[in-house]
Amino acid sequence: MIGLGHYLVVAGGLFAIGLFGALAKRNAIAILMGIELMLNAVNLNFIAFNRFLAPAQVVGHVFAVCVIVVAAAEVAVGLAIVLGIYRRHLSTDVEHFDWLKW
Amino acid sequence: MSGFTLQGILANVYETGAFWLLSLVALGAALAVVGLKNIVHSAFSLVLSFVAMAGLFMLLEADFLAMVQLLVYAGAISILLVFAIMLTRRPEGKMQESNPFGRYALPAGLVAFFLFLAIAALVLRVSWVSGPGVPAASTVGPLAEAFLTTYVVPLEVAAILLLVALVGAIMLAGGGKR
Repeated sequence: MIGLGHYLVVAGGLFAIGLFGALAKRNAIAILMGIELMLNAVNLNFIAFNRFLAPAQVVGHVFAVCVIVVAAAEVAVGLAIVLGIYRRHLSTDVEHFDWLKW
Repeated sequence: MSGFTLQGILANVYETGAFWLLSLVALGAALAVVGLKNIVHSAFSLVLSFVAMAGLFMLLEADFLAMVQLLVYAGAISILLVFAIMLTRRPEGKMQESNPFGRYALPAGLVAFFLFLAIAALVLRVSWVSGPGVPAASTVGPLAEAFLTTYVVPLEVAAILLLVALVGAIMLAGGGKR
């Protein structure tokens, strides 16, 4: 029987993989992919909690929809920033993005 | 769920099998997103991971969110990512090494690994009790009712956020200059 704990462990694994991708990658687009994986893991958490702790309600689904909206806005603005930086410096490597260093 | 009838046991077996299959696909594809050297392959693995997640949402009886996941994540967001990949050039034009690890790959891996261990240890220590009630046959109606009554302010804020993000993305991508 699959319980809440199984889903939470899977979501935790997805979150950890996404965090690793966001921290370890050099390509800015790959970092955005890692952030998307993390947001997706959070959605899985919300829906699993909703399904097992309050099945008659849809509060977790409401939160998940809000997370999806924020994720869509984030990826659109993030990719626009990446494209803007690329246009000026011809690179998407975050280790070249160091103009704020002193 | 439905006692010890043959149907109940079979449904249980199906649910368990589907859960493990979808979880393995989602986690394996996520690992491929991080591990693959070619960023186009990473993007395609990301789509696979999102589709498997939609299957998990289905198992959790969140039908509307499974469809939203397919449309927004597997459809729109991955298309945006692929377009961004197409519009940027690789360093020295080498596609095979377009998605390298950075300087901090080892500490990042350690942080992620120990975070997963901590989450798993905490989750498995608690004995979760299921709440009362049964999930609705379709979540579209209850979700619409919740969004248009109790959560109408978050809905409007989300709409404004999407509008602002859209305008901001157009401005940042250079659409306002010409």
